Amino acid sequence: MASNKKYWKSVEELNENSSVVAGLSNNEFVSEIPTDEFLGDKETLESSSTSRRDFLKYVGFTTAAASLAACEGPVRKSIPYVVKPDDIIPGVADYYATTMYDGMDAAHLLVKTREGRPIKIEPNKLMNGSTNARVQASVLSMYDSGRLSGPKKNGKSISWSDAQSEIQGKLVELSEAGEQIVVLSGSMASPSTNAIIADFAKKYKTVSHVNYDSISDSGALDAFEEVYGERALPSYDLSNAEVIVSIGADFLGAFQGAELEKSYAAAKSLKDGKPVRHIQVESNMSLTGANADKRIVVKPSDQVYALVNLYNAITGKSVSSKSTKADQELMKAANQLKNAGSKAVVFTGLKSKEAQLVAMEINAVLGSEIVDHNNTNTLKSGNDSAMDQLVADLNAGKVGAVITVGTNPLYTYAGAASLAKGMKKAKLSVAFAMNEDETASAATYALATPHYLESWGDVQMTKSSYGLVQPTIKPLFDTKQVQDVLLAWTGSSESYHDYLKSFWKSNVLDGTSWNKTLHDGGFESKIKNSNSKSVDASAAAKSLSSSVKSGKMELQLYVSTALGDGQQAANPWLQELPDPITRASWDNYLTMSPADANALGFTNPVQDNGAINGNYATLKVGGVSVSKVPVFIQPGQAKGSVGLAVGYGRTTGLKSEMQVGVNAYPLAQGGSWMQTVTITKEAGTHKFACEQLQHTLAGRDEILKEATLADFNNPKLDPKHSWNALPMFSYDHSEVEGEEVDLWDEHDRSIGHHFNLSIDLNSCTGCGACVVACHAENNVPVVGKHEVRVGRDMHWLRIDRYYSSEVESQKEAKELGMSQGEMYHALERVSENPDVAFQPVMCQHCNHAPCETVCPVAATSHGRQGQNQMAYNRCVGTRYCANNCPYRVRRFNWFNYAQNDEFDFNMNDDYGRMVLNPDVVVRSRGVMEKCSMCIQMTQATILQAKKEGRKVKDEEFQTACSNACSTGAMVFGDINDPESEVSLLKEDKRAYHLLAAIGTKPNVVYQVKVRNTEEG
Amino acid sequence: MSSHYEAPIREPLVIGDKSYHDITEDIARPIEGKANKTWYIAFFIALTAFMWGLGCIFYTVGTGIGVWGLNKNIGWAWDITNFVWWVGIGHAGTLISAVLLLFRQKWRMAINRSSEAMTIFAVFQAGLFPVIHMGRPWNGYWVLPIPNQFGPLWVNFNSPLLWDVFAISTYLTVSVVFWWTGLLPDFAMIRDRAKKPFQKQIYSLLSFGWSGRAKDWQRFEEVSLVLAGLATPLVLSVHTIVSMDFATSVNPGWHSTIFPPYFVAGAIFSGFAMVQTLLIIMRKVTGLENYITRLHVDYMNRVIILTGGIVTVAYATEFFMAWYTGSPYENFTYLSVGAATGPYWWAFYALIFCNFVAPLALWFKKIRTDFIYTFIISIIINIGMWFERFDIIVMILSKGHLPSTWSQFEPTFVDIGIFIGTIGFFFVLFLLYARTFPVIAQAEVKTILKSSGENYKKLRDGNHE
Repeated sequence: MASNKKYWKSVEELNENSSVVAGLSNNEFVSEIPTDEFLGDKETLESSSTSRRDFLKYVGFTTAAASLAACEGPVRKSIPYVVKPDDIIPGVADYYATTMYDGMDAAHLLVKTREGRPIKIEPNKLMNGSTNARVQASVLSMYDSGRLSGPKKNGKSISWSDAQSEIQGKLVELSEAGEQIVVLSGSMASPSTNAIIADFAKKYKTVSHVNYDSISDSGALDAFEEVYGERALPSYDLSNAEVIVSIGADFLGAFQGAELEKSYAAAKSLKDGKPVRHIQVESNMSLTGANADKRIVVKPSDQVYALVNLYNAITGKSVSSKSTKADQELMKAANQLKNAGSKAVVFTGLKSKEAQLVAMEINAVLGSEIVDHNNTNTLKSGNDSAMDQLVADLNAGKVGAVITVGTNPLYTYAGAASLAKGMKKAKLSVAFAMNEDETASAATYALATPHYLESWGDVQMTKSSYGLVQPTIKPLFDTKQVQDVLLAWTGSSESYHDYLKSFWKSNVLDGTSWNKTLHDGGFESKIKNSNSKSVDASAAAKSLSSSVKSGKMELQLYVSTALGDGQQAANPWLQELPDPITRASWDNYLTMSPADANALGFTNPVQDNGAINGNYATLKVGGVSVSKVPVFIQPGQAKGSVGLAVGYGRTTGLKSEMQVGVNAYPLAQGGSWMQTVTITKEAGTHKFACEQLQHTLAGRDEILKEATLADFNNPKLDPKHSWNALPMFSYDHSEVEGEEVDLWDEHDRSIGHHFNLSIDLNSCTGCGACVVACHAENNVPVVGKHEVRVGRDMHWLRIDRYYSSEVESQKEAKELGMSQGEMYHALERVSENPDVAFQPVMCQHCNHAPCETVCPVAATSHGRQGQNQMAYNRCVGTRYCANNCPYRVRRFNWFNYAQNDEFDFNMNDDYGRMVLNPDVVVRSRGVMEKCSMCIQMTQATILQAKKEGRKVKDEEFQTACSNACSTGAMVFGDINDPESEVSLLKEDKRAYHLLAAIGTKPNVVYQVKVRNTEEG
Repeated sequence: MSSHYEAPIREPLVIGDKSYHDITEDIARPIEGKANKTWYIAFFIALTAFMWGLGCIFYTVGTGIGVWGLNKNIGWAWDITNFVWWVGIGHAGTLISAVLLLFRQKWRMAINRSSEAMTIFAVFQAGLFPVIHMGRPWNGYWVLPIPNQFGPLWVNFNSPLLWDVFAISTYLTVSVVFWWTGLLPDFAMIRDRAKKPFQKQIYSLLSFGWSGRAKDWQRFEEVSLVLAGLATPLVLSVHTIVSMDFATSVNPGWHSTIFPPYFVAGAIFSGFAMVQTLLIIMRKVTGLENYITRLHVDYMNRVIILTGGIVTVAYATEFFMAWYTGSPYENFTYLSVGAATGPYWWAFYALIFCNFVAPLALWFKKIRTDFIYTFIISIIINIGMWFERFDIIVMILSKGHLPSTWSQFEPTFVDIGIFIGTIGFFFVLFLLYARTFPVIAQAEVKTILKSSGENYKKLRDGNHE
């Protein structure tokens, strides 16, 4: 306690009005400083002397002092809280439940904030939330310094009050003149916002609201509406599925706004020995197709016939169709579907209403319980015909004002050019946008909106499931939520927060406390009724099969895993996330089958530095042509078809580094993602940034073990000697398991925690959420396209993708009579329609780590809890450890990646650096780094439990990757806890160590992939 | 030693009618005379290359190792290739001066000085790479087990890189001491002949006050013998330890028990090739044709044939083992069918041609005793031995255990620049040496003049007639 004692200087101070006291308090010096005394006396001054020696002494001293002072290192101020906010303890993370929906992804989230900064997205497990790569990365999109920092009019800054009143004035004018005012938004799943727009419409009378989706499910919505009279989408729960047939539906990627990874993984569970059988019929190699047990490759037009053929086979009808290559397999599948009955489901990715109706009837005939028509998915509401009508109206000059809300149709709409023309005809164009994108820069007013992590809001995911959006940080820029602005224009003085609260209380909550709901992040209501309607799609099937447009070369557009619809194109984490299939980043490209590439003269030559080059093509669809599309040769692509991802090729409002790829949206003429296309080769060489050069296992099958379901279920087979064979060594004249042979005496590892990570290759879908989560948690730098291209990506965790090879094994090659050289090359070549498998690889935390023995300065050593640790500040950077790592998981800082203008990504940006995790150091150049098994997370968990005087619960131990993994493929925990999930998994019959023959004894354990090859 | 009897059928080691004084004159001439134009041109070229390399080194240290062509899977390439190559070259000197001394091979006397100079200069170049290949070379001293204030931090004695530090610094120290010991009487000779006071002062400093007393000579002989005994195991140990950088690792192709003897043989092979390259030029330029003769070249070529043979056997063994294990991980080691048909096939064949095929020509006496052919073959071997290390490092790192990590390497101008720079530095040192040091151990040569000198042999032979 500071003393409050006050010492009196004189009695005078008692007198409050004393002029003496007042004078004293203003004057530091009571009396005048007698400068005259020592400067005014000329004689004294003249007689004083400074000798040359003295002068030099003073000069020497002052110079030395000045230079010493100049040598001081730069001061970095860390300012303590003067008044500490109650809910912030420096060094302790706060978590807020929120919900994300951006028209592409919807998720219940838990946002980790440190000192008031959101730094990491985690799934809100209370609400059964799951995250994918884009959701994980969305936190960085908030810290994008290229965001709109305030409202603008014609590209010039304007104050909010001016902008609001100007626009309001015009709106009033227009509505009085009876001119149409259109609110154009993406799928609006926010009930409160819809209510506000309705209020706004009521006030201004001529308002209409058009929902438009960049990745449209309009056909599916139309189909559902036709049958059930409700504009929504069915929900799916695959957990109990026994057979899934998907015709072109990338349901693990982008499919009807559904997040199906979790239930798909549940369906694949081997617990009862009866995993789902998944048959995929498709043209592009999609993530879903890569995970299928059986993948049938057909052209896009044949997908339609295949669907009709399957329809005929299931319903017994005979709608005329054409036979396809897939038919034979499809008939087998049809039998399997029928046998599975209610536990079967058929998806189609064909976007037309007819196709969706056909699929609905098939599922209805099967009596599929996988499809839920009651608790419908309410996320998507885009209406293509309304959008087309709007564009027509705009061009006809029928629309007075167009207000876009968080949507960028000038980039995503196929007829963007005509839309742009139309928008110019409107008297008022307003864009609520986060970035100065194509639409915002074309509109008269660009109103800056906050990121969802800075906003209030709500999302209705299904009829029964709601999510609340709450801000986790004060808005970084001068932004306003669209809801607040609309409320103001409606004449309400209420803030959106208050509106939301009262809206929820009266419409959603049903008596539950608002605070509890906000804490939980959402609300589950109960739904009544069950509507089952009969579907008859025979007419639809007929029109479907008769309207097929097939061509010599057909294009199928797809949604890439990394960028989605492209709204996060400025996000370096996503740009650097390699595509799970091609493993190329920073690009989109035309995927082409090797046969077509050969015929058309496209190549992907490997350069001396291991990078891949490509040729350019010009695509022509109808009257639209897109040039300079790089061609990537993709095994498993249907011959006669090409694929191209949307979401790339954005240019407006993006840093030049992020302006990669080509825009594929204009090719979706008439809203169809399947087009006939003509391809011409162009001059020029494209430089790909592909992280994987060798696509097969080259005969090294024990790296990624696979078993057939029959073998897996065969009780006569001993896994250790058949499908999960362990390396055997001769030791002391007897055969022993490889891992028992050891140079060293084992440490006692039974005391304390011993962490292990189990990775189930059977449930890993390769989605990449873990890769981004790892970037966010561990401050993994982004290095840019060129560095990725030359093999210097910094991913601590990568997902290797392997294709099956032309010959399966050395044995098979020998039987075919191949020479050694031929055999090696045959093992390196990918088979025509390859099976695909994913394998996440990070530091294996070997108990006998090859890296640890070779480091000359002991910068990497073993922890007591099983981690292989890396002391960055001890590392001198010999890279010996990386060379001796059989898993090649160590990453070297070739340059300074932080605060270096050569690497203008988030770590070279004052905003972008705010996402850095303060618990993890940012590495400087010249040091090695790698996966730490998120030691900062496990240590925090241990300390927390210690403080609370309890044992750590199994599920509390998490790494960033295991936490982000929605399929449950990654399980982390303590193997010294015999109850823990991971200790059971470690002993599972499917468990194996990667490259066990080397004897590294890793703390990461893999589970054998089991493929359901049963066709009966 | 001069009383040693030599069989008359032995060819003379010193040819021409040389007297003791002639030897003194011949060897002092390059030091006392003026340098010719060729020397200046050569020196200028070497200096330019050195400066260029120095620039590349500064660029690397200032910007980051990223300016090289390395990547996440290939953590070493030209840096360690150059390191091993230079260390290997540094092997001939000690072998010649120490091992051949113990074996009482008199022919070493004409070449040991220069080959040991070559050794020391090569080890300088070699020592550069482990330092600059570090990500943070300014912390390079952390690899030394010195008392420090970092707390209980100590180096990792398990690491072969640490053994390298010891092996190479020991080798360099012993080599320099041995070399200098041998130089003492020769420096003293120059000192005594020097006319300019400055030179006299320098050479008297360098000769450590050698007085030529009998005691001096006795100690000289003793120290030489002791140092030879010390240096001999080093000839074997240095490259053994360098090979352990690879042999103790887990990479298929590196993890090979044959490496230590194979590397030592390879080192001597390349070292002798470099000695040939240098001395064939030097004997001409400095006019020492009578001291470094066809016979010396022949003898050195025989060592090359032997060590080249050992290396070839090692190659065959590696190739056989890669096939014999049947392990798919060995399919792409640097000596395997996979390597011969893979992206680095040219490096594979360069290795086979340069180190196996080309040296076979030396079995023919005509070629073996020919200066031009020897010179060409020595250059080929130098190139081949560089490729051997390149193959071992780059080819094996490019095809690791997991096929997903396979990659390739392409050098940048900085990689190439630094290598050229070290060659420049090496020649700068060697050219300076050739102008200021007695390039032949004249004191030693004088000891054999009477037994192995051509004129004395003739005299002797004449007496018999």
